[in-house]
Amino acid sequence: MDTIFALASARGRAGVAVLRISGPLAHWAAGQLCPLPPARQAGLRVLRHGGEILDQALVLPFAAPHSFTSEDAVELHLHGSIAVVAKVSEVLAQMDGLRLAEAGEFTRRAMDNGHLDLTQVEGLADLIDAESESQRKQALQVLSGAIAQKVAPWRADLLRAAALIEATIDFADEDVPVDVTPEVLALLSRVHQDLAAEQARAGAGAAIREGFEVAILGAPNVGKSTLLNALAQREAAITSDIAGTTRDVIEVRMHIGGLLVTLLDTAGLRDSDDVVESIGIARAKQRAESADLRIFLLQQQGEVFDVAPRPDDILRLAKADLATQAAPAVSGKTGAGVEDLLAEIASKLETKTAAAGVFSRQRHMQALSTAQTALGKAITALPRAGDLPEVIATEIRVALTALEGILGYIGVEDLLGEIFSSFCIGK
Amino acid sequence: MKQFDVIVVGGGHAGAEAAAASARMGSRTVLITLRRDAVGVMSCNPAIGGLGKGHLVREIDAFDGIMGQAADRAGIQFRLLNRRKGPAVQGPRTQADRKLYRQAIQSLLAEYESLTILQGEVASLIVNANRVGGVVLADGSQITADAVIITAGTFLNGVIHVGDHQRAGGRVGDAPSILLAQQLADLNLQRGRLKTGTPPRLDGRTINWSVLDSQPGDDEPTMFSFLNSAPFAAQISCGITQTNERTHDIVRQNLGRSAMYGGHISGVGPRYCPSIEDKVVRFADKDHHQIFLEPEGLDDPTVYPNGISTSLPAEVQHDYVRSILGLENVVVTQPGYAIEYDYFDPRGLDTALQVKAMAGLFFAGQINGTTGYEEAAAQGLVAGVNASLLASGRPAISLSRSESYIGVMIDDLTTHGVTEPYRMFTSRAEYRLALRADNADQRLTEKAIALGCVSETRINAYRKKADLLAAARTLLSETAFSPRELQAAGVEVSADGARRSAYDVLAFEGVTPEHAAQLVPDFASFDEAIQLQTARDALYVQYIQRQDRDIQRLRADEALAIPPSFDYSGIPGLSNELTQKLKRALPTNIFQASKIEGMTPAALLLLISHVRRPSRQAMA
Repeated sequence: MDTIFALASARGRAGVAVLRISGPLAHWAAGQLCPLPPARQAGLRVLRHGGEILDQALVLPFAAPHSFTSEDAVELHLHGSIAVVAKVSEVLAQMDGLRLAEAGEFTRRAMDNGHLDLTQVEGLADLIDAESESQRKQALQVLSGAIAQKVAPWRADLLRAAALIEATIDFADEDVPVDVTPEVLALLSRVHQDLAAEQARAGAGAAIREGFEVAILGAPNVGKSTLLNALAQREAAITSDIAGTTRDVIEVRMHIGGLLVTLLDTAGLRDSDDVVESIGIARAKQRAESADLRIFLLQQQGEVFDVAPRPDDILRLAKADLATQAAPAVSGKTGAGVEDLLAEIASKLETKTAAAGVFSRQRHMQALSTAQTALGKAITALPRAGDLPEVIATEIRVALTALEGILGYIGVEDLLGEIFSSFCIGK
Repeated sequence: MKQFDVIVVGGGHAGAEAAAASARMGSRTVLITLRRDAVGVMSCNPAIGGLGKGHLVREIDAFDGIMGQAADRAGIQFRLLNRRKGPAVQGPRTQADRKLYRQAIQSLLAEYESLTILQGEVASLIVNANRVGGVVLADGSQITADAVIITAGTFLNGVIHVGDHQRAGGRVGDAPSILLAQQLADLNLQRGRLKTGTPPRLDGRTINWSVLDSQPGDDEPTMFSFLNSAPFAAQISCGITQTNERTHDIVRQNLGRSAMYGGHISGVGPRYCPSIEDKVVRFADKDHHQIFLEPEGLDDPTVYPNGISTSLPAEVQHDYVRSILGLENVVVTQPGYAIEYDYFDPRGLDTALQVKAMAGLFFAGQINGTTGYEEAAAQGLVAGVNASLLASGRPAISLSRSESYIGVMIDDLTTHGVTEPYRMFTSRAEYRLALRADNADQRLTEKAIALGCVSETRINAYRKKADLLAAARTLLSETAFSPRELQAAGVEVSADGARRSAYDVLAFEGVTPEHAAQLVPDFASFDEAIQLQTARDALYVQYIQRQDRDIQRLRADEALAIPPSFDYSGIPGLSNELTQKLKRALPTNIFQASKIEGMTPAALLLLISHVRRPSRQAMA
């Protein structure tokens, strides 16, 4: 029996958030974070993991069968911060034998263990229905939207790869291709890369909590620091007429369009012999790479920098007050174009938020990660496709099952259908 | 007083295995067949086993069944398919001498003292208060029993098509069971129509073997039964030839005269066993298709050309066959034909293969929409065991997907039904790495012994082997070696400081029992078969451990049985739509219920609570 955990209180900011752990490893798992109080007694504890303090929490253990699920259980009453809950969940998820509970699973266990009687279940049915209602909405979103579009081609690729491998297994005596490895490798690698990219993109989801990084870049003395100050509406950075005034990266936290944003002012990009300035420029480039969004201040249109451009970069002619060219421009000094720039930043970040929303759920992320790990193993084992195809098939199946958990059930009939439509089986 | 405990109707592979199982369990059993001399006849291709199918035969053997024994006695070309792949996907197969096979089945059945074989046609069932009490024969005589197993194969409303000619019949030369079909139709069970085909049979003496490739059996033949170690009959090779463009042209020109393409057949055929017509149409880009020329017996010149089943008119068959290399002057001894037949939707059965709507009535074999001797025999085994249990007042057993291919098949059939003749594949088994042909006895024989389904001889052989395997595994597991020690024994392992047992490293690439014996010298004292089996068990350990959690969840769901009499309308809060679906499906357990389309966690929860309620009251 798995040990499961999940947030038992509502999501989002609150005074207190209750995280519930249930199953044979519940006491062990909570015990990894702090010394446990006796059963059915609350104790104030500092939760630690790997030397790091996670939170101060009220810890309340229950011993089987005297708990909601009838199993060993622990409730962690955390501070109701989204970040704290995410961190503690992440630490728990990494423990061997623990996983995130599925919707209604605590109730189901309570039922399975005979702890709830019918009237209690009926009372709880409302609660569970509320959850399936959100699942219904989610399914609807999937139907019309991005998840199905993203998962469908992965599913098709994996189904094809599985069919190729299975054909060599189940129809060894038939007229089927013998060496399927190159095609399988191509299919698996493609999905593997996509999954990695998708997980990386999901970082945008985390950015909603932690703040987006928006970097201001450009040549020395084009007015980056002046713009930063104008956007932040305070004198955060030193400004002067001397080129190369800003040497380190200056960060300012602010709200744009209701989103938390960290604005980065950076050293002007140029070739420099000055050791300190060179370090600053290197840092500017590095932050430009990792930033969620970049604003390039240009001296003239078409100016090129030693930073790989992205399609969503915002380009503005600097010093709009002095501008002679007819192009979008901004001036930190006069405030010309600042409102327009803020609107564009907000709109671009909003797009990112929407894109990140596709796989924002922890359940999805776990599915993606499980699938990716399995595919990694399959790819590693692929050179042995001749003598241990069943092991590769098993890993592909794990990946398919994980992804199918997001979209719906895949039966073996789909697999056989793929085989029979591709190969002439029947000697 | 009932005359018998169990009646088995039909003497094909399902019927023979069902009768044997019931008799083995000590039930007074009668097998009623239209033709006594046809019991155990192989009516399609002369081969037993294969991938998935070989697994089924081994599982039948683990229950001390007769199919594996008969195949070993009749086998004339043994091949372990996928020999170079992992043990989980290796399947034993053999060409079987038809006559030897039939004789083997008949003599194995003759050994059962509590089994009677009766020649006759069953006309109807005796039914009292929705419970089967026996059968009435066509001559009007009655036979009473507690359970009746119907294994009617393709005989139910069978129609044979050769080109545009058709006639009623179950197999060429046999009359269809129209009377029984009418009786069963009155039960109001869902029915469907399927088709299957056979190739023309050839006279091997008119084949020019000298121009053909031949396929010999394995040098070290792999037997089906855990009790046998070598073939009984002389061994032969099969021939290999292929179709060509001329063959395809002849088929194409005559498609309109094919029963299937001429619109005479409504039944659905299997995708994995297409007729030559299908192959030519659906895979038009292929310029040839392989044909295996399989001798039907040692002293029988008939050859079964596997790969060209057809329902074209006889003269077209004659022409296209003669367009094939080596068959230029061949004599067709019997034209190929397609057969259409009725099956009963297996969703009307519980996991014991008992008809939900009629206590005491069991269905096994092709009547349930399956194809293949092995699938039929495996169902016969389950029906035979459960009919015997019913007759002796004991609770039914069902096999889990996680412990056997038989369990996979019965769960597939009773949950999803069939859309084409159902055949076993290893890819149907999600726990394939654990469900191997080589460990069928380790998985099932203990269970079979507990049921009283296993003879003394086999119990002793099984126990001896099980003890040796346990000892070998313990021996290899109890000592851990450093990477340096492992490397010294020739095992490639990274110097990560982790200590591993010889059992652990048997899962590594290239590690053999010899390496294990190098590390643990006493291991060499076990005989080769035990050493090999230990290595096979060790190979997938890490994958199987990962699956174990899933299996536990599955077994818990399977273990929660829903009584057949359960009243779904008595559940407040369950939607009308789901209530109707559940009433139609009558799932046997919670696992089956969970797979019903539209089932939600909330509804499942309600169902569980209501299913549990009576038992809790009983405890209180």
